[in-house]
Amino acid sequence: MAKPASNTSRQLANAGAWIDQRLPVSEFWKKHISEYYAPKNFNFFYFFGSLAMLVLVLQIVTGIFLTMHYKPDASEAFASVEYIMRDVEWGWLIRYMHSTGASFFFIVVYLHMFRGLMYGSYKSPRELVWILGVFIYLVLMAEAFMGYVLPWGQMSYWGAQVIISLFGAIPVIGDALVEWIRGDFFVSDATLNRFFALHVIAVPLALLLLVVLHLAALHEVGSNNPDGVDVKKKKDSKGRPLDGIPFHPYYTVKDIFGVGVFLTLFAFVIFYAPEFGGLFLEPDNFNPADPLVTPEHIVPVWYFTPYYAILRAVPDKLAGVVLMGLAIMVLFALPWLDRSKVRSIRYKGIGSKIMLAVFAVTFIRLGMLGMGEGTYIQTIEARIWTFAYFGFFILMPFVTKYEKTRPEPERVTK
Amino acid sequence: MIRIAFTIALLAAAQTAWPAAGGEGLEQSGANVHDLASVQRGAAMFVTYCHSCHSAEYMRYQRLAQDLELTEEQVQENLILGSGEITDYMKAAMPAESEQWFGKKPPDLTLTARSRGADWIYSFLKGFYLTGDGWNNTVLANASMPHVLWELQGIQRPVMETYTNENGEEETRIAELQVDQAGSMSPEEYDLALRDLTAFMVYLAEPAVLKRESLGVWVLLFLVVFTFLSWLLYKEYWRDVKK
Repeated sequence: MAKPASNTSRQLANAGAWIDQRLPVSEFWKKHISEYYAPKNFNFFYFFGSLAMLVLVLQIVTGIFLTMHYKPDASEAFASVEYIMRDVEWGWLIRYMHSTGASFFFIVVYLHMFRGLMYGSYKSPRELVWILGVFIYLVLMAEAFMGYVLPWGQMSYWGAQVIISLFGAIPVIGDALVEWIRGDFFVSDATLNRFFALHVIAVPLALLLLVVLHLAALHEVGSNNPDGVDVKKKKDSKGRPLDGIPFHPYYTVKDIFGVGVFLTLFAFVIFYAPEFGGLFLEPDNFNPADPLVTPEHIVPVWYFTPYYAILRAVPDKLAGVVLMGLAIMVLFALPWLDRSKVRSIRYKGIGSKIMLAVFAVTFIRLGMLGMGEGTYIQTIEARIWTFAYFGFFILMPFVTKYEKTRPEPERVTK
Repeated sequence: MIRIAFTIALLAAAQTAWPAAGGEGLEQSGANVHDLASVQRGAAMFVTYCHSCHSAEYMRYQRLAQDLELTEEQVQENLILGSGEITDYMKAAMPAESEQWFGKKPPDLTLTARSRGADWIYSFLKGFYLTGDGWNNTVLANASMPHVLWELQGIQRPVMETYTNENGEEETRIAELQVDQAGSMSPEEYDLALRDLTAFMVYLAEPAVLKRESLGVWVLLFLVVFTFLSWLLYKEYWRDVKK
C-alpha cells in the first residue's frame, strides 16, 4: 500500500489551490475570519451582532418552510396558519420559531444598538457602520410589520389599518399615498398579497444586502471595544495588533457559547411561552380579520410601542407622525451629535452616563406606555418621556463637548 | 457605581404598574390540558352541549382521535354528529339559516381559549343568570347565547347591592349569583365539569400543546448540555488570551 492519507491530503491541497486561483476563498477566509483581528476585551454586549445574524438565518429558513403551506389570500390566510399549526408535520414548531424569532430579533437588535450607544461605536471612523445599521433597523421594522399582517387576524388587520393610515397625515399626497400602499380603498386582499411579496422576497433581499454592507464597513475599519481605544495603534513585529486576537478560533468559539445561551432562552419561550403573555402573539390575533368589527384596543406589537407612545403623546396627527419619524431618523445624526473626545462611556463624564441611563429607562417606559390604553394620565406621562427621549439627542452635543472626560488608556483594560 | 444606579433605575421602571390590564374578576379555571381523562370528558361535553351550534372549523375529528387516545370508531360513534366523516373538520350540525335564531352566527370555538383565555370560558359558563328579561351573563353582558347548561347548573338569580361609584353616585350592581332552582349537578360537580370542558377547549385551541410541552424538556436539556460543553471549549481556547 502506498500512503493513502498523504495522497488524499495532497489531492485536497491541489483542489484547494485550483479553486484559489479562480476564486479567492482562502483570501476571504483569512481577511474576514482567521486573520480578522478583533479586540480581546469584548464583553457580554458583543454577543448580539453574531446573534442577530443567527436569528436572521433562522427567520429565513423557517420562513421558507412557512411559505410552502401559507396562503396569501384574505379568505384563506387565517385558516392556512391554523392548518400549519395543526395539520403540517412540525408546522407548529416552525411557526413558533418564526413568531418568537421576530420578537427575539428585536430584543437582540435593541441590545446591539444599546452597545453601540454605550461604547461610542458610531463615532469616527465607524459612522457608516452605524448608518448602515440604522438602515437595517428601519428595513427590519418594515419586514416585521408586513410579516405581522400575514396571519390575517384582527390585530394584523387593524394594526395594518392604523399604521398605513399614518401616511394619510402627509399633506397633499397623503390620501393617494395610502391608497397606493394598500392597493385598494381599504386594507384588503390586494394589501395582503403585496405585503406577502414584499415580506418574503423584496425586503429580505434588501436586508441581506444591508447586512453585507454593514459587515464590509465594519471589517474595513475594525471593531470597536468597551474601552473605545484603537487596537490597530499598537502592533507587534509581525504587524498584528497587540490587543487583537484572530476572530477564528477565539470569537467563533466564544460566540458558539453565546449561541448556546441564546438558544436555551429561545427554546424556553418556543416550548413553554410562545404567546409570551400576549406580547409575542396577541390574544385578539386568534380572531380572524373582520373589517366590520373594530377591536376595542388596537396596539402594535411590543417592539413598536415606544414609537407608538410618542405618536399618541402628540395631540395633532401630522405632528405626531412627524415626531415619530424624527424619533427614528435622529439616530442617523448620532455620529455628529456626539462631540466627545472619547468613545466609551467608561471615560465619558457623569453627564453622559446619567443621560444614557435615563435614555434606556425612557425607551423602556415609552414601550410600556405604548401598550396601554392611552388614558389621560398615560398620555401626560408619555409626553414627559417624549421630552426625555429627544432631550437625550438635543443635549448630547453640549454635554459631550463641555463635560470633563477621563483620558482613554493606551491599551485595552481587562 | 453607575452600574448599580442603572440597575436600580431599570428595576424602578419595571416596578411601576403596567398600563395594560385585563382579566380582572375572572375565576381561575384550574384546567389541566395534560389530564387526558379530563380532556376526554370535556370533549364529550363539548360535543353534547356546544357542537350542535358552534363549529371548531380548524380541527379535524381524526386529530382528536389521535391526541385523546380514542379509536376512530369511538370518535365516529360518540363525537361525530350526523353524517360527518372522521377526516372532516368539526363543523356544527346547525343549518345555515339558524343565524336568525340568535341574531348572529354562533362564533367558531376552535381558538376561543387563545383569544379569550381559559379563565374567561370558565367564568363565562359559570356566570349565567335569569332575570325577567331572560338569560344574561356576568362576564359577557347581554350575550346572545342562552344558558345551554342550565339543566346541569340549575337557574341562578342575581343578588343586587348598592355601592358608591368613583363619582360619588349610588349605583346597583350584582353582588353574587344564587342558585334559585337546583340543577342535576351540585355546584362542586358543575365546577369540575366546566374545568373538563375548559381543558378540552384549551386543547382544541392548540393541539400541539401536548407535544410542545412534553418535548420542550428534552430540547432544553440538550441545549443546557451543549451550552456547558461550549463553555468548556471557550475556556480552553481562551486560556492563552487571558494572560
